[in-house]
Formats: sequence, structure tokens, C-alpha cells
Amino acid sequence: MKKEKEVEVESKIKRCKEDVIFDTVIFIVLTILLLIVAYPLWWVIISSVSNSKAVSGGQVIWHPIGFTLKGYGEVFKDDSIVRSFLNSVLYTVCGVLVNLAVTLPTAYALSRDRFSGKKAITMFYVVTMFFSGGLIPTYLVVQNMHLLDTMWALILPGCLSVYNMIVARTFFKTNISEELYEAAEIDGCTQGRFFFQIALPLSGAITAIMVLYYGVGHWNSYFSGLIYLSDQNKYPLQLVLRSILITNESALQQAATTAEARAALNEKKELIEVMKYSLIIISSIPVLVLYPFIQRHFVKGVMIGSVKG
Amino acid sequence: MKTKTTKNLNQPAIPVKKRGFVESIKKDWSLYMFCLPGVILTFIFSYIPMYGVQIAFRRFNAKQGIWGSPWVGLRYFQRFIESPYFGRTITNTLILSLYGLLVSFPIPIILALMLNAFRHKRYRKVIQTVTYAPNFISTIVMCGMLILFLSPSVGIINTVIKMFGGDAVNFMAKKEYWRHLYVWSGIWQGMGWSSVIYFAALSGISPELHEAAKCDGATKFQIIRYIDFPSILPTATIQLILSCGSILSIGFEKAFALQNDLNLSVSEIISTYVYKVGLLDNNMSYSSAIGLFNTLINMVMLIIVNKVADKMSGTSLF
Repeated sequence: MKKEKEVEVESKIKRCKEDVIFDTVIFIVLTILLLIVAYPLWWVIISSVSNSKAVSGGQVIWHPIGFTLKGYGEVFKDDSIVRSFLNSVLYTVCGVLVNLAVTLPTAYALSRDRFSGKKAITMFYVVTMFFSGGLIPTYLVVQNMHLLDTMWALILPGCLSVYNMIVARTFFKTNISEELYEAAEIDGCTQGRFFFQIALPLSGAITAIMVLYYGVGHWNSYFSGLIYLSDQNKYPLQLVLRSILITNESALQQAATTAEARAALNEKKELIEVMKYSLIIISSIPVLVLYPFIQRHFVKGVMIGSVKG
Repeated sequence: MKTKTTKNLNQPAIPVKKRGFVESIKKDWSLYMFCLPGVILTFIFSYIPMYGVQIAFRRFNAKQGIWGSPWVGLRYFQRFIESPYFGRTITNTLILSLYGLLVSFPIPIILALMLNAFRHKRYRKVIQTVTYAPNFISTIVMCGMLILFLSPSVGIINTVIKMFGGDAVNFMAKKEYWRHLYVWSGIWQGMGWSSVIYFAALSGISPELHEAAKCDGATKFQIIRYIDFPSILPTATIQLILSCGSILSIGFEKAFALQNDLNLSVSEIISTYVYKVGLLDNNMSYSSAIGLFNTLINMVMLIIVNKVADKMSGTSLF
């Protein structure tokens, strides 16, 4: 109702000529931007369900040609992909749980005005934003703790992102008032109980935001897997993707020497070529399926974060 | 003044004692317990490595460990400065990040200003949803898509080039295209998401300002120029300071994923070089020295930019 009224009021004020030109220019520019961003995504989708010959022949431009789900079938037949997909699910779930267990209590404690350790602990974290030991010293610590080749190497070093913690702290500060705790304290409630029974249930929004931020981070990262894991059976999906999407192409082209091998290779190459598109879709599905529902939360997170800045 | 009197009045009611360290811990022990896991883990994985960075000044060998390896002073720093990689990696990193900053700083601001001035609210939602989406695609998938897109055999760009009678170009193998590909694919992926923060700031502007300006006959462009733009300037400054502070710390993931032997002369940046020297060649001390050198330059940059921004606009980080 309110929105309609707004539009009406706006349309009653006559737009001058300059404004009409201006609006048209904005409309055109934004539409072009929309197409530029959307087209590559669309192209991958249609290529993933098209006939491999049509794809490699460059015929697939606007819509799928020779609809087939063969590419998807091939992906599911590949053991290493399925295994790494499950690995990634495991790492993401465990990682997010650890992230939450570390981030939320810290953020809550630092949001309490009367907390005597607030300043010192905040400093402790802020320092880590500007200094870091760097790749090798961190690697050596992980190595010395015998975490190499375990999933904890991917989870523990980044267990608390200072930026996320500050977002959560701002949320607790504005939403869980000191008065609320005082009231509970009078009734004999301890800080610990207050946090778990009152503060957390009231903080669904920030918990969702944290799950999403951390979850997407775990799902999409490949660097920690690359440096800390050497056992291929433990690889996360992104590392396997890397070997198929990025490194493999050049390896295949070099390997073809004899005519026979080249023919066999061409066939395999075509298969991999088709698989690539469906692989992109499948690997992005956990994020992209959730995305329309969670976009609101993501944006909210940025806004909470920007209050501080 | 007023607050002061209330404070004085309150004083007898709540006795404010200067507490000692032990006493304050006793009072807040549960809150300290809340912080404990994070503090311990951060100490182990951030502070111990900071201390361990001294291997940059030692000749590290696995047998004697970090603390037992012999001191060699600045030898590795000297070696880095004298090596041909010094100029190459630093130039590559600087060009890449300055180019990236030059393009990726203004574009989200322009996008947010345009979105804010856009009349069709529904359509705006669609544009926002779509432009935010690439941000959630992983680096690997993005680079994979880029490679497919530009591939000389199946890529759509080359299909179009061939359609117009041109010859297929192997973009990934041509080093003169590499920087543009790196930066503009970053824009494709990040522009929508980076605009969120500006869009949020814009939606905080009170509508009365816009209405008053409209009554005085301001055109839309004037409203943007004199109301919208100045009001997001502080946000923009903070973002600029932050990105200048990390000018030499371009992320490893994307540069490494887009690297191949043919473009290495422009694509080898500090972070990928640190990785190769340290973990592939196993030259840990040398690699740490390069990393430390990088961190120091970043610190200096951050302090300088922060000072300049403070002087020029009054907005600063610290």
C-alpha cells in the first residue's frame, strides 16, 4: 500500500527533460550490466545440458541444443568427485560448528560493556588483522601439532574471523541489552546460562549470517587444502575441481602423440569437456540453491558490519 | 555537564571500586571463559607464527626446528633483493593491485548510485540479485568458467570471433591479456557485492533531503552529485584505506589458478612466489623472509594512506 502511494506521488511531479534522459541512460546501462553478469552463468547452465558435439562445435549460444543429462551422469560416476564432494560437506559442517562455537561466545563477551577484559581481548584480535606470521611459520605450527593431512588443519587456523566476530559483536550489543541480563541476574541467572538460554535463542538472525559467511568460505576455499593435505582421498571438492577445470586441460593437450592415442584422447576430452559444465553447476549447487533465500541475510550482515565502519 | 552530575549522584548507589586484575577476573570469570577457546586458538595459530617469523633470520633446517636453527641475520632478505624475482614479483603485484584498485574501487560506487536512482523497484531487485550472485561462486569455478569462456576451441568469445571471420585467440596463453583478464573477471565477480555497502549507506540518507532538492528544481544528476555522492564519501574513504593497506597482499587463490607457464612473467606475484619457494622448493627461511618483507611494506602503506586520508578528509581508521 505504502509503496504504491510513493510511486503515485513521484509520478505526479513532472520529470524534466534531463531527468528523462538520465533515467533512460541508467536503465540501459544497468540492463547491459545485468546481461554481462547473467550471460556467463546462463551459458554454463545451457552447456551443461547440451549435446557434447554441439558444445565443442560452439553452437550452444542462447539455448540448450540436443538436451542431455549425460554430463551429470558422468560426474556421479566419478569416484574422486563424489568422495571429494562428501569431504567438502564434512569439512564445511565441522568447520562451521567450530567457527560458531568460537565466534559467538567471544562476540557476546566482547559486547558486554562491563566486561573488564574487553579492551585487552579486542586489541588481541585487532592485532591479528594487521600482522601475521605468514604462510611458512603458520605451516610449521600446523606441522608441529601433527595436524597435517587432517581436516583440523583446514578448520582450526581460521576458526575465528575478526571481521565476522565484529559483526556478531555489533549485533549482540544492539539486540541483547544489559538490562535484560540484569533482570535475569536478579532472578539468579548466571552469564553462562543467560547466553545459552536467552541470548542465543534471540540471535537466530546473526547465527544464520555467521553460518552462511563461514559456510560459503569453507565450501569455496582451496588454498588450505592445497597446502595442508597431501592424501588425495581427503581432498575437498575445490581441489579436485581445480585438477579437472584448470590443470587438466594443458596436460591432455600435451599427452596426444600417436594418431590412435589422439582419437581415444579426443573422445575422453570431449567427455571431460561436457563434464566440466555439469561439474561447475553441481559444485555451486549448495550455495546457489540456498542463495535466493539467504541473500537477505547476507546483505543484513554487511549492513551490521558497516555500522561500525 | 549534565552527565557529570548524574554520575556524581549515582556514585554512592553503585560503589565504583578500582578493581585489581585478580578481582576483575573473579567478577567476570564466566565471560573470560567465553573468550578462552578463541584466545587459545588464535594464540596458537596467529601469535606463535608471528614469533616463528624469526626463521626468516635463521637458516631453517627441520632437524633443529625453528628455535634451534642458526642465526644468519638479513641474509635471506639480501638474497631476495638481489634476485631477479625481486623486481619481477613486486612489479607484478603492484601493477595488478593498482590496476585492480583503480577499476574496482569506483565501479561499485557508480553501480550503487545508479541502483539508488533507479525508478523500477522490482527490476532493481532482479538486478541486485543477479549481480550479487557471482560473489558466491568459488575462485576455482570462476577461473574454470573464464578458461572455458575464452578457450580457443569451445569458448564462446572465440566462436564469435570466428563468426566474424577472425582467427581464434588463445587468451590464456597471451601474457598481454592476463592482467586485464584478472582484473575484469574480478569486477564481474565482485562489483555487485561490493556495492552493497554503498547501497546501504545510500538508503540511510533521509528522504527529506531528496524532496527538498526536488522542490528546488534539482535534476536527478544534481541530486546524485550534491547529496548522494557526498554522503557515501566517508564509507568510500574507509574502503579505500583498507584496500590500500593490502595493496601488496593480493590473494593467492585466483592468481595461482590462472597461472600457466606462458603467462608466468606477468602472473608471478609475491604470494604465489612465497608458496612456491616455501612449500614446493622447501626453502622455508627464504620464503618467510619474502613474506615478512611483504607484510612490512603493507604496514607502511597502511600507515601512510591512513595519515593522508586523515589530513585530507578527516576520515581515518585509527
